[in-house]
Amino acid sequence: MFKDITLGQYYQTDSLLHRLDPRIKLTGTLVFIISLFIANSFTGYLIAAVFLITMIRLSNVPFSYIIRGMRAILFILFITMAFNLFLTPGEVLVKFGIFKITREGVYFAARMAIRLIFLIIGSSLMTLTTTPTQLTDAMEALMNPLRRFHVPVHEIAMMMSIALRFIPILMEETDKIMKAQMARGADFESRNLIKKVRSLIPILVPLFVSAFRRANDLAMAMEARCYRGGEGRTKMKPLVYRKRDRIAQLILLLFFAATIGIRAAGHWFPVI
Amino acid sequence: MIKIKKLIHDYLRRDEEGNVQETVRAVDGVDMTVKPGEFIVILGHNGCGKSTLAKHLNALLNPTEGEVWVDGMNTADESKIWDIRQRAGMVFQNPDNQIIAQVVEEDVGFGPENMGVEPAEIWERVEESLKSLNMYEFRKKSPNRLSGGQKQRVCIAGVIAMHPKCIIMDEPTAMLDPSGRKEVIRAARGLNHVEGITVILITHYMEEAIYADRIFVMDQGKVVMSGSPHEVFGRVEELQSLKLDVPQVTLLAHELRKKGLGIRPDILTKEELAEALLGAAGSGH
Repeated sequence: MFKDITLGQYYQTDSLLHRLDPRIKLTGTLVFIISLFIANSFTGYLIAAVFLITMIRLSNVPFSYIIRGMRAILFILFITMAFNLFLTPGEVLVKFGIFKITREGVYFAARMAIRLIFLIIGSSLMTLTTTPTQLTDAMEALMNPLRRFHVPVHEIAMMMSIALRFIPILMEETDKIMKAQMARGADFESRNLIKKVRSLIPILVPLFVSAFRRANDLAMAMEARCYRGGEGRTKMKPLVYRKRDRIAQLILLLFFAATIGIRAAGHWFPVI
Repeated sequence: MIKIKKLIHDYLRRDEEGNVQETVRAVDGVDMTVKPGEFIVILGHNGCGKSTLAKHLNALLNPTEGEVWVDGMNTADESKIWDIRQRAGMVFQNPDNQIIAQVVEEDVGFGPENMGVEPAEIWERVEESLKSLNMYEFRKKSPNRLSGGQKQRVCIAGVIAMHPKCIIMDEPTAMLDPSGRKEVIRAARGLNHVEGITVILITHYMEEAIYADRIFVMDQGKVVMSGSPHEVFGRVEELQSLKLDVPQVTLLAHELRKKGLGIRPDILTKEELAEALLGAAGSGH
């Protein structure tokens, strides 16, 4: 069902980006997204593009593979662009019927497209190079200061990794239940929306029942293996900050400084 | 290793206000002693209390009455609960619902992680336990890509990595195909023979019971028969009255005996049957 979505899937290969500490990759992605919204000039986008292309080259993930993942959001991209293109008031460039394209519209549409594309490539680059386990580990580590405010950080991370583990199992189960209901004459092909929604009930009810049963079993199995929360737990694969991670941090800082610098320059000297 | 004294366990069924509606006695006065290194099989059909009994051995349940001692520790003692769970590991029926991590080696490391073992030692333990179950080559795989028997072996490896003295397996083969069942039973016997780990196997497949040192048969929360496989399976009619099958070979031998063939009643394997039949033929029957 979701087979051709390459967006957000881990791409197994060896590269500098794969070996980088997940914490720096996660913060890096956040910084990149923030900087996309700070940059408001094409010089700023150019720097972001250079940064992004360098990262793609470093990741050893084929460019075509990343582009394939973009297909999933193509529709959203076109809609956003169309809205910006036609509905922005300003100096009219072309006019046909009730539609008119304005100079500002072109400018906004282009900016929106660049931001969206960069944002999605940037964040999918992180998931392409980081296993879900590493990602949850990184989240746990980065959210650790929140523990002081009684945020159950370890529990959230554990929940996320268990959820990820059970996605394929529950998908398989959905498939099984659907087939079982089809064998008894259930109709999932109907184009009628109400019928379609109604036909989901006999799938969802057994799915929920079995999910709860699985949760119960898993909780017992975890307890039987001495799980008692994050206290006193060691890690099999502890996160270690290496030299390359420090260098990555430095590059990230420079990139962020450059983006802010260009924005400020654009503000003070509007000519650029 | 394990000592169970007059164990009684009641399940309480409550109505919406939380008042006790009825009590169901799942385990009713069980006495059992298991010596270190033994291979014990507990037999019984569904609802006879064998799973409830198993959960007591790991302190997942506490006795309503009576006592359970694991390696000299009382399971009712809250402070010993984690030690007990480390000494007596537990494997459940559905392998999918026991695997926590998305990579085999990480799942095997889950137990030691919880115990607070140092990372370097966790790696050693993971390697050694995966090797002892012949799953080492799958260490980097996702559990979803494995067969049922392989998944169950990962679960067993996860328990072994905690260095238990005893493993309790609660119908580990119930959801597996015949080849997966063989894999798991072979693994369990291997651990018992080679590593000297006490194994308590709960099952309703009679074929798996013939390798046991001792068998306990449970019915309605009570132990109704116990003894060596030869002793237990010699009583074919009694087993059948408990709605339990006997191994096919034993059944065949039993039917032959009923027809007047002079062979012994406690035949468990094909080899024994062949030998007995040759003997019977030799003596002129």
